[in-house]
Amino acid sequence: MEWVTGNLDLIGSLTLDHLRQSVIAIAAGFALSLPLGWVAWRYRLLRGWVITVTGLLYTIPSLALLMILPVVAGYPATSETNLVIALTIYAVAIMVRAVTDGLDAVDPAVRRSATAVGYGDARRFWAVDLPLAGPVILAGLRVTAVSTISLATVGILVGVTNLGYLFTNGLQRRIIPEVLAGIVAVALVALLIDLLLMLAGRALMPWARAEAPRRSSTAAEAAA
Amino acid sequence: MIEFRNVTKRFPDGTVAVDAFDLVIPSRKTTVFVGSSGCGKTTLLRMINRMVEPTGGTVAIDGEDVASKQAVALRRSIGYVMQNSGLMPHFTVAENIATVPRLTGRTRRAARARALELMDVVGLDTAMADRYPSQLSGGQQQRVGVARGLASDPNILLMDEPFGAVDPIVRAELQRELIRLQRDLDKTVVFVTHDVDEAFLLGDQVAILAKGARRLQFGSPSEITEQPADDFVAAFIGAERGKRALRVKQTPHGPVLVDAEGRTQGVLVEGGA
Ligand SMILES: Nc1ncnc2c1ncn2[C@@H]1O[C@H](COP(=O)(O)OP(=O)(O)O)[C@@H](O)[C@H]1O
Ligand SMILES: [Mg+2]
Repeated sequence: MEWVTGNLDLIGSLTLDHLRQSVIAIAAGFALSLPLGWVAWRYRLLRGWVITVTGLLYTIPSLALLMILPVVAGYPATSETNLVIALTIYAVAIMVRAVTDGLDAVDPAVRRSATAVGYGDARRFWAVDLPLAGPVILAGLRVTAVSTISLATVGILVGVTNLGYLFTNGLQRRIIPEVLAGIVAVALVALLIDLLLMLAGRALMPWARAEAPRRSSTAAEAAA
Repeated sequence: MIEFRNVTKRFPDGTVAVDAFDLVIPSRKTTVFVGSSGCGKTTLLRMINRMVEPTGGTVAIDGEDVASKQAVALRRSIGYVMQNSGLMPHFTVAENIATVPRLTGRTRRAARARALELMDVVGLDTAMADRYPSQLSGGQQQRVGVARGLASDPNILLMDEPFGAVDPIVRAELQRELIRLQRDLDKTVVFVTHDVDEAFLLGDQVAILAKGARRLQFGSPSEITEQPADDFVAAFIGAERGKRALRVKQTPHGPVLVDAEGRTQGVLVEGGA
């Protein structure tokens, strides 16, 4: 505890670094996954490929990715860009699947109905398909966010500073409170982002909650 | 006026849903397509607003081939009401009704005002304006569906078994309301159902269809009842049994009409209107 109170400035600035790196990667991963997920959903033939390839990305060990990417792309391994790009790749690996599943979950009858009353294809995507895929996409985004924030700590192993620094430094200098502070700080950042995403979901998709009670009651009826 | 000229629809899998269909649907009347499930009613309806493109023949509105019109604009100009309401689950009642006015560029305010006005027209309490469809009963959802279909004040209203999924009491109420609405609004309504009673209740003209949208008979309910085209039609409309097979029974107070089940359906009035 003493170590923590004496190093609040350090923890604070590391937290900000951590947040910046994670949030950029989450946002970029989300933005890239929308078109990729849509393509996979829209074009049946590409679907298997997109899902498999993006899924395989997730199996690349993070440390290996952090060391290979700089060689391939030609930026220093220690740069923040290196970590952010690696995290973005993992985010895409999870999110593409979520976007595809979300679009799949939209009731085809609602989609047809939207077309029947006069939505053009593009407008229908933004006004109908995407919002209705929202709950599934949000669930994927929340998993992505938490996993990205936790995964970001690996950056310290190639020299990108963030909350991971508290782990390596604490272990080297055998300051257990420092390691614990790192764990708690990462967990708090993850919880905070998760909470914000949940609240954003409620604000943007008020209908999803209005719908929930009926769904559970029909599920109960079906089970009975 | 909507005209089907030798219209055929063969789906890619080889199903011929509509086979050389001809019909002229008069304006400002309610025309009902009635037939058993799978006979091609929905396909016929969807060819009017280009949700389905015919593989042969033409569909024309007021003499103009619909294929020459821009599909999206055409759909916005035609009201469409379907079974299970087809409402957007993420739009409130008012937003659902306002869909087409919003699509055609009306301001949010104007569209909402129009939506509230229509809620009145279809008998919905405007206090429900900000609820979501999932928070309404089936009958209320269908009313919202009708209101949405009317929102841009279209000349043509297509209704595909709109009351098929609600319970009989609510259905009867919705049917009465539609009759009232049609009296005020005077639209060209094309209504699809598999229920003969509903067809005869709502239709100025009724087309009785068999598989492949083969037209067995087209006429007013009275014409069809008085002169069924063949035995199949007679059986289909229940002319031999049920409540359309009435016989005269003499009572001390004069003749009455009794149906096949022996229930008295009315009094026979000589020389009445
Ligand atoms: N998209 C489609 N692809 C293949 N067959 C279809 C399609 N839509 C409808 N059909 C077939 O066409 C026939 C008529 O269907 P439909 O018009 O929906 O009938 P109804 O509305 O009278 O029940 C049915 O045999 C149905 O299975
Ligand atoms: Mg049908």
